[in-house]
Amino acid sequence: MNYETVIGLEVHAELNTKTKIYCSCANEFGAEPNTKCCPICSGMPGVLPSLNEKVVESCVKAGLAMNCEITEYSKQDRKNYFYPDLPKAYQISQFDLPLCHDGYVDIYVNGETKRIGITRIHIEEDAGKLIHGLDGKESFADYNRCGVPLIEIVTEPDFRSPEEAHVFLETLRNILLFIGVSDCKMQEGSLRCDVNVSVRPEGQKKLGTRSEMKNVGTFKGAVKAMEFERDRQIAILEQGGTIQQETRRWDDAKGESVLLRSKEDAHDYRYFPEPDIMPIHIQAETVEEIRKTIPELPNEKFKRYMDEYGLSEYDASLIAFHIYFAEFFEKCIQEGGNPKAISNWCLGDISKILKQKEQEADAIPFAPKALVELTKLVEADKISNTSAKKVLDRMFETDKSPETLVEEMGLLQISDNSFLEGIVDEVMAENPDTPAQYKNGKTNVLGFLVGQVMKKSKGKANPQMVNPMIKERLEK
Amino acid sequence: MITKETVQYVADLARLSFDETSIEKFTKDMEQIIGFADKLGELDTEGVNPTAHSVPVYNVFREDEVKESFPRNEILKNAPEKDSEYFVVPKVVE
Amino acid sequence: MSDLFQCSVREISEKLKKKEISSVELTQKSLEQIHKTEPQAEAFLTVCEEQALAQAKKADEVLAAGTAQSILTGIPMAVKDNICTKGIRTTCASRMLEHFIPPYDAAVMEKLNGANAVMVGKVNLDEFAMGSSTENSYFKKTKNPHDLTRVPGGSSGGSAASVGFHEVFYSLGSDTGGSIRQPAAYCGVVGLKPTYGLVSRYGLVAFASSLDQIGPLANNVEDCAFVLETIAGKDPRDATSVDSRKADFSSGLGKGVKGLRIGIPKEYFGSSLNPEIKEKVLNAVKALEKEGAEIVDISLKELDYALPAYYIISSAEASSNLARYDGVKYGYRAQEFDSLIDMYRKSRTEGFGDEVKRRIMLGTYVLSSGYYDAYYKKAQQVRTLIQQSFVSRFEQVDAIITPTVPNEAFRIGEKTDNPTQMYLEDIYTVSINIAGLPAMSVPCGKTSSNMPVGMQIIGKHFDEKTILNVGYTYEQIRGTF
Repeated sequence: MNYETVIGLEVHAELNTKTKIYCSCANEFGAEPNTKCCPICSGMPGVLPSLNEKVVESCVKAGLAMNCEITEYSKQDRKNYFYPDLPKAYQISQFDLPLCHDGYVDIYVNGETKRIGITRIHIEEDAGKLIHGLDGKESFADYNRCGVPLIEIVTEPDFRSPEEAHVFLETLRNILLFIGVSDCKMQEGSLRCDVNVSVRPEGQKKLGTRSEMKNVGTFKGAVKAMEFERDRQIAILEQGGTIQQETRRWDDAKGESVLLRSKEDAHDYRYFPEPDIMPIHIQAETVEEIRKTIPELPNEKFKRYMDEYGLSEYDASLIAFHIYFAEFFEKCIQEGGNPKAISNWCLGDISKILKQKEQEADAIPFAPKALVELTKLVEADKISNTSAKKVLDRMFETDKSPETLVEEMGLLQISDNSFLEGIVDEVMAENPDTPAQYKNGKTNVLGFLVGQVMKKSKGKANPQMVNPMIKERLEK
Repeated sequence: MITKETVQYVADLARLSFDETSIEKFTKDMEQIIGFADKLGELDTEGVNPTAHSVPVYNVFREDEVKESFPRNEILKNAPEKDSEYFVVPKVVE
Repeated sequence: MSDLFQCSVREISEKLKKKEISSVELTQKSLEQIHKTEPQAEAFLTVCEEQALAQAKKADEVLAAGTAQSILTGIPMAVKDNICTKGIRTTCASRMLEHFIPPYDAAVMEKLNGANAVMVGKVNLDEFAMGSSTENSYFKKTKNPHDLTRVPGGSSGGSAASVGFHEVFYSLGSDTGGSIRQPAAYCGVVGLKPTYGLVSRYGLVAFASSLDQIGPLANNVEDCAFVLETIAGKDPRDATSVDSRKADFSSGLGKGVKGLRIGIPKEYFGSSLNPEIKEKVLNAVKALEKEGAEIVDISLKELDYALPAYYIISSAEASSNLARYDGVKYGYRAQEFDSLIDMYRKSRTEGFGDEVKRRIMLGTYVLSSGYYDAYYKKAQQVRTLIQQSFVSRFEQVDAIITPTVPNEAFRIGEKTDNPTQMYLEDIYTVSINIAGLPAMSVPCGKTSSNMPVGMQIIGKHFDEKTILNVGYTYEQIRGTF
C-alpha cells in the first residue's frame, strides 16, 4: 500500500532582543554559567515579571511577515510543570490568545509554490540548560538561558514530505533573519523544532494518529527525524499494528527516536491567566507602524528577481530565499553589476567555494563591489573566464582588489593586434603542415593552434581575437 | 465526589506525597472544601466575562535596556546543593 | 517607658526632631521591650538588633543634619516575614524557607529604608500567609495582646501583635483575604489593606498574586496614613501597580464626615454575626451619623459566593506560586531520596505544613484538566459579578461599613481541626480583595470578655483618603473603651 505522510511543525525561535523577556538581564549566549541571572529569572521568592516591549513588537512583526492576523486583546498564561531547568516551576507562555494567528508562508519546492498555514505565533520564555554529570548521579543547572525570549510558530499539518518541511524551515529561517528578530543560529540552539508526524493510506481523508518528536536541534536532524518517524509508522501499519499517540525524543547522534511518554502520561499543564502581567492590547495603528518596519520578504524578492532582472525561476529562488545571498546580490546590483552575471557567479563558483568551506554567503570576505569589478573585467575582455575563476579563489584569501590580483597574477588578457599577430605567425611557422590538414577536414587543428598561442602567451592572449587570426591563416 | 485516586493524581501533579492515613484526611478535607466551592454552581454566570485582574490596565511594558545581572554567588547562595558554578540536582532522566 | 510606646508616630517624630530622644535610644528601648515581652508574645521570628541600631544611627545623623524628609525617620517598626529583606532571612514562617536570605529588598523596604525607618525585626505569620490565626507558623504561636490564651488572628498575626504589645510603633502586613484587617480587629489595632495596585508587590513572597497587597498596621488611623504614603506608588517592577495621584493620605484627615454617604450592607449583619460585635459596629455607625454622615441601607447579595470564589482563586494561584519551592534553588531539600522526582516530593512534603498543602492540593485540583471551567473560570466570573456589585453600590455611597470579623479572637487550638470553620473567619473580608478595593479595620469597642471589636470601612478604588478620613473622624469621637 502507498502511504501519505502528514507533517506539522512547532518551531521555537529565540529573539535577539537586548534583554530577557521578563527581566533586564542581558540576552546573551555563551556566558559563564549562572552569570546572566537575577532574582527574577532565577525564580526567587517575591519577584515579579515585567514584559519586554520589544518582544511583543518582534512577535507581531514575525506575525505580519507570515501574513497572520494580530490578536487585538491578548494575554499571557502560566504553564505549570516541574523541571530543574524551569526555576519558577511554571513557564510564562500564551494559551488561548496568542499574539498572532491564522497566517501562511509560501514555500518554493520542486518548482512549485506551496502555501503552508500558520496556526499561531506566541511569545514565551526559554528554560535553562542542564548538563549531565559523568558519574550519572547528578545534573547541573545553568539559568543563563532562563527568560530568553522565544516565539513559538505552529504550522498547520500541511507538509506531505520531510522535504517540504525542510524547505519551510529554510524559508522560515530566512524570513526571521530578513525581518531581523532572530539570529537563528542553529549551533547556539536559537532555532529548534518539535515535529508532528502521521501517515495515512493514500486517498484516506482522515488524519492518522500522530506522534510528536521533541528536541530536534538542526534542520538535517529534523529531516532525518521525520523520515525515521514516517518509516517507523509505516512499518507498524504494514505489520497490521496501530500507531499510538505519543511523545518521542529524537536522538540525533543515534539517528533514532525513543519513546518519551505515551498519551496517558500526557502532562496536565494547568494553564491559567498570568496574574502578574497585564493583558496586551494591540491597536490597529501599532500594527501599521510595525508593518512599516518589515523589509522586502523572500517571496517578494523571488518575484522581483524574475520580473525585473530576468533571472530564471530556479536561480531567483536560490538567491531570494537565502538572505545572505539576496543581500550580497542586491548590493552587487546597486554597484552596477549585471544581474545575470552576478547571479551566475553567486550560484556557480561562489556557492561552490562556500560549500567547500561549509559557510554561508554572510561569510563572503570581499565586498560586493569587488565581484562587480571582476565581472566587468571579464565583460571588457580584460581577463578570460578561466582567469577570473582563479582571481575569485584568491579573493577568498586576500583583501586585494580584483585588478590588483589580475596584475599580480599576470592574467591581463593581451588584445594588442600586432603583438598577437607575431605569436600567431610564430606558431604557424612551427606547424607548417596544419593548413593542409585543415583543408583536408581535420578542423581540430584550429583548437590545437589556439592552444599553442595561449601557451606561448602564458594564457594571456585573448582567445576571441586569436581564433579568427588563425582561421584566416588556415584558410588562406 | 472526591476519590482517593483523584487526591493521589492531584498530589502527583503537585509533587506532594501522602501516606495512607494522611491521604484519607486530605480526601475528607478536599471533599469538604470542594463541597463548599460547589456553592458557586448556584449562581448564573452565563455570558459573564471572567476577571483575572481587579484593575483594568493594559500594556504594562518594560523598555529593552540591559541592567547588570547579579553576582553568581548571590544567585547560588541559598541553594541546598551547588558547586562554584551550578545548581546541583539529582540526575535528570528524560 | 511603656508611655513612650503609647505615643503616636506624629508625637514620637516630634520628640525625635526636638532631640528629646535619639533614634538609637528609641530603638534600644524597642529592643528592650521586645526582649521583655517576647517570651509571652512570640510575635518575632527574627530580631535584627545590629542592623536596627545601625539604621537608627544613620537616622540620627539624618535628623541631626535636619534633612529628615520623612515623619517615619528613626522610628522602630516590624515587617511581616513574607516581605523580602536583603541580607536578613525571610522565612514565610515555613520550614521550607527557614534559612532563606534574600539577595534583594522588597520595593516597600527600599521606600522605608529611603525614609530611614528602623526595622527591628521580622514578625510571625501563618505559613506563606495562609491562615487566620498565625497558628500555621512552623516556628511559634503568637499570642493575642489582650488575652494570651487567644490567637492574634492571621495571617499577619505577628504584625498586629507586635503593635498591640507595643514592641514597635507600626508594622507592615500583607492581606490576601483579610490578613491585615482580621488580626488588626482581633488585636485592637488599625490595619489597612490598600487598593490592589497602590503598593508594589515586588518582594512580597506571593500567595495569591491577583489578591495580595501590602499594608500598614498601627495604633491609630493617622499613623497608618503616614506609613501608607511612604510605601505607595507605581513601581516599574510590578506591572500590576498603578500610577495613582500623589500619595498624600495624611493631610485630609480631620475634615469630618458631614454629608458623606455611608452604606450599611444588610447581608454583613446577618445571623452568623456575634450580637455583641453587631452592636458595637452599629454604635460606631450611629456616632458617625451624629457627625453628619448620611447612613444608607444597601445590599451586597454576592457575599455568600465571595468565600468559595476566594478559596478557588487564591488556592489556584498559590498552587502555581508555591511550585518553585522544589529543593533546587533555595529552601528545604529532603535528606534522602532516590531520584529527582522523589527529591521534589519529599522536600515539598516535609517542607510545607498541612494548611499550605491543603491549599496547593485545592488549587491544583481546580486548575487540573476537566475542572478548570467548573471552578476556576466560574470563580473568575463570580469575581466579575462581585466587582460590578461593589461598583454599582459605590454610585450610591462614598464608603461602606461592616464588621471586620464575625467573632472575637478565638482560643489557641480551638479551630485547628476544622479548616472550613477557620475559613469562615474571612467571610467579611475576602470580597474586598476579590474586588480589589481598599478597606481598613478600626477598633470600635470590646466584647464582654474584654476582646477588641473592629469595624471595616471599605472605599472606592484608590479612594483610601475617604476611608482614612472616616476612620480618623470616628477615632476622635469614640472615647476610650
